[in-house]
Amino acid sequence: MGQLSLTDADREEMLAAIGVASVDELFRDIPAGVRFRGELDLEPALSEPELVRHLEELAARNVDTTRELSFLGAGIYDHYVPAVVDAVLQRGEFLTAYTPYQPEMSQGVLQAIFEYQTAICELTGMDVSNASGYDGTTVAADACFVAKHATGRSKIVLAETLAPQVRQVVKTYAVGFGLEVVEVPHSGGTTDPDRLAAAASDAAAVIFQQPNVFGILEDAPALAAAANGAGAMAIAHVDPISLGVLEAPGNYGCAMAIGEGQSAGNYQSYAGPHYGFLAAKAEYTRRLPGRIIGETTDLNGERGYVLTLQTREQHIRREKATSNITTNQTLLALAGLVHLSWLGPQGLREVGETCMSLGAYARERLGLAPAFPGTATFKEFAVRIRRPARDVIRDARAHGVHPGYAIGRDYEGMDDVLLIAVTEKRTPADVDQLAQVLAEVRA
Amino acid sequence: MDLIYEKSRPGRRASTLPRYDLPAAEVPAELRRAEPPRLPELAEPEIVRHFTELSTRNFGIDTGFYPLGSCTMKHNPRVNERLVMLPGFKDLHPCQEEDGAQGALELMWRLQEILQEVAGLHACSLQPAAGSQGELTGLMLMRAYFEDIGEGEQRDTIITVDTAHGTNPASVTMSGYKLEKVATDARGNLDVDDLRAKVNERTAGLMLTNPSTLGLFDEHIEEVAAIFHDAGSLLYYDGANLNAVCGISRPGDMGFDIVHINLHKTFSQPHGGGGPGGGPIVVREKLEPFLPVPAVVRDGDEFRLDHDRPKSIGKVRGFTGPFGVFVRSYAYIRAYGPALREMSEVAVLNANYLLARLRDAYDLPYDRLCMHEFVLSARRLKREHGVSALDVAKRLMDYGYHPPTIYFPLVVPEALMIEPTETEPKERLDGFVDAMLAIAREAAESPELLHEAPTTRPVRRLDEVKAAKRAVVKYGFEEHPDLSGEAGEARQLEAQKGA
Amino acid sequence: MAASEEYPEGLKYHREHDWARVQGDEATLGITWFAQDALGELVHFEAPAEGSSTTLGSSYGEVESVKAVSDVIAPLSGEILAVNQKVVDAPETVNEDPYGEGWLVRIRMSDPAEADTLLDADAYKAFLAEQ
Repeated sequence: MGQLSLTDADREEMLAAIGVASVDELFRDIPAGVRFRGELDLEPALSEPELVRHLEELAARNVDTTRELSFLGAGIYDHYVPAVVDAVLQRGEFLTAYTPYQPEMSQGVLQAIFEYQTAICELTGMDVSNASGYDGTTVAADACFVAKHATGRSKIVLAETLAPQVRQVVKTYAVGFGLEVVEVPHSGGTTDPDRLAAAASDAAAVIFQQPNVFGILEDAPALAAAANGAGAMAIAHVDPISLGVLEAPGNYGCAMAIGEGQSAGNYQSYAGPHYGFLAAKAEYTRRLPGRIIGETTDLNGERGYVLTLQTREQHIRREKATSNITTNQTLLALAGLVHLSWLGPQGLREVGETCMSLGAYARERLGLAPAFPGTATFKEFAVRIRRPARDVIRDARAHGVHPGYAIGRDYEGMDDVLLIAVTEKRTPADVDQLAQVLAEVRA
Repeated sequence: MDLIYEKSRPGRRASTLPRYDLPAAEVPAELRRAEPPRLPELAEPEIVRHFTELSTRNFGIDTGFYPLGSCTMKHNPRVNERLVMLPGFKDLHPCQEEDGAQGALELMWRLQEILQEVAGLHACSLQPAAGSQGELTGLMLMRAYFEDIGEGEQRDTIITVDTAHGTNPASVTMSGYKLEKVATDARGNLDVDDLRAKVNERTAGLMLTNPSTLGLFDEHIEEVAAIFHDAGSLLYYDGANLNAVCGISRPGDMGFDIVHINLHKTFSQPHGGGGPGGGPIVVREKLEPFLPVPAVVRDGDEFRLDHDRPKSIGKVRGFTGPFGVFVRSYAYIRAYGPALREMSEVAVLNANYLLARLRDAYDLPYDRLCMHEFVLSARRLKREHGVSALDVAKRLMDYGYHPPTIYFPLVVPEALMIEPTETEPKERLDGFVDAMLAIAREAAESPELLHEAPTTRPVRRLDEVKAAKRAVVKYGFEEHPDLSGEAGEARQLEAQKGA
Repeated sequence: MAASEEYPEGLKYHREHDWARVQGDEATLGITWFAQDALGELVHFEAPAEGSSTTLGSSYGEVESVKAVSDVIAPLSGEILAVNQKVVDAPETVNEDPYGEGWLVRIRMSDPAEADTLLDADAYKAFLAEQ
């Protein structure tokens, strides 16, 4: 076993120093009735070359986006991850460290996450960001907890155009939080601000998504105003890669901005590990869940960084903590920072513009009826294909093209709707190929 | 060193991106970004240098010994990093049709089977993203189970121990339960008399780490389990310390009904400066119907996602869980095979060796053989020489070691919680012992060395009071305050650091 | 500048380390030297709203240092007339002058007889000595 270093001689010396005769004796405090005797029923050990071969065989049975022309999105997107991300994440000092409890040992991670918090605040127009949450669903539940305690109210309003699994996770958490969850149905693919306002009376928070689950641009300022008018916190669930072209939630009245970070810096990786981001206006700082890095000075007056406002957290506040989170998604958030640094403001805007123009080209080129006419979209759009989408997906995949997501899995009456995503990694020629394959399989 | 934003110059960039000859698509004016986000503007060379320099100001397992108790900082095999980057894994979309994800689903199913065997229980969900989310999921399962059998209203209390991680009481609150605490007895076991007085028909369950955060196996665990089961309650196993007992004692055999397993601890997911982790839960048969959806199931030679679980608590995160973590942990376990037991044996041997060599220089509050970690106290150094656990921790840095977890568990004053893990060779352990013994001598002879430590790190002790008061939590660009103009003191918290 | 240990005569003390200065039907409340010393330098006072009420033995706010957070327990019941904004803005005022500038709230008592259940300075000091 290449992970262990002790020789037989080491073991003998160590056992003698301890004063026991055998390793088995070290376990004498375990009652006999609960000792496991015999051998775990696990497959035999694999050498490193055998292990690689076994995992390569498993990987080969997956059809990934390098083997199939994919237009899948629905929350996870095939954006380009620059090589510098891989290079930085392979630094063992980042990869194999843990939470920076000891700041003198951890200035690298602490400063990097301070820079990440800054990037998230810049993207979202907020004053404070935590060091990451698990993903784009759990940060929504976290935000509800913040809203409950900040407002003293116990109703949460969710736009139905918020991704289904975000709503599902909020509902799962809501039971323990003691929150009532109300959903506002969409009207023609977007959320009606008046209906949202009516639902938001007495609510702690309203959560909507921009661009929404159908890829459509909501009238987000009007939705935020509807929430604020009812005294509820406006919370926008946003795509970080859209924020070079779309206005920041903090600039149109939102109290918090949350989202799935994957688009910024993370591979699709069959859904993880990724990171969720959570940012808020300053007045909510002390209610935020998770780690927050703050700037300070050392004994010599030199600038340095520490975990700060820790009295919010479980290790100090215990049952009164703002969250139970400990391990978060730091490495993936670091990837996000590196990707955003690589893009810069220019690059971020260009990615957004390319996604939008390619999306517009695809809408026109495919010539399919939009599921929701008269709406503007960002990088994803829904079309009616007049056949069950799942059949179309099956048939198109036989031609080497994955045409998108069957959103009828999540919304009634949409079985013939395909949700198609483009990123800067797709080309006009890819779109042409999609159009050709769809034309064939629809016939 | 400068922040990346301070190195930024307008007009520089690293990215090169495709630009297609297509008409521009306009964002409606009222939704369009007015001012661009002030992201860094640097070309690639300086980005690489910036993050490389940052990395040199950080300490990982790759740098040196990292005995941070309760965090299981073991070596992360590099082959796992190669495996997780296979295109079939890293470029697989979570909505891929099941016939195009058979390898991923099989890997997850195999990992579930392994975790069930290690835990000695029946069914597994890989979905929780970390140990604390596993805890919360486990408590949600308890609620769903008791509601299903008509005891949902009645059972409103969860019992935790005074040595518990802070996550336990925090999870109890988040799941809507009331909290009842029981004490630890003189041998570091759960106080059975206190327990008997507190377990009743209102008790939903127990949350327990075993071995405990003191690194001690509970000698009465069978009796404890019987008390809860006789009351119709459930037992939750916080798997933070599973690294001590793989193949030696299984939580299911101890009587636990729900277990979370920290994949980033026991099964070597790199900790990434704070995450990611993985917190799968494994449960007894009667709790299986309530597990999160979707479940990964096997149908003959096919693997699929089962969403049709009417009694499920729902989803606790997106899609199916942190898949890359599963790849690493699966590979890690397959490299051991049934010899996983040896992993735990050596972890316990290494810990006891350190304990034997350090017990005279520091106080040992519970004089027993330990499991994979142990807790010393610096209270004598504090009383006799005015040197705290924090000072010992800081001085260890000057000797090139990451400090242990300090000030936890809360029941031990001036606690130093040391977990070497199995991957350290004896020479590293001896070097650490030498440093700890030298520090104990320095505490008596020249305590100022400890008070002033560290002096060899990129920064000296930092002012946490100023950080909390000023709460500068992002770069302020033109308005960024210069904190160095304000009086600098080394005001650090003598509170938990680690776990 | 931390204050030195003292427990003034004339104040009433609660075992949760809170004091009250009773004047007519009003009282000023704060935390004792012992409490601020155990917490360390305060960095935050989570103050109650003026007009809200306090209940003897229950929490009406929180004080935080970087290492700990503590409920502030009301030694008397009543309605909160004023919150000490100086402590909100500069929480370390409590460490500097726990019985003077570092008061937390002023209340109108709803049950002045409760004051008789509290400890005087000697009794509180004796209580501390037992701890």
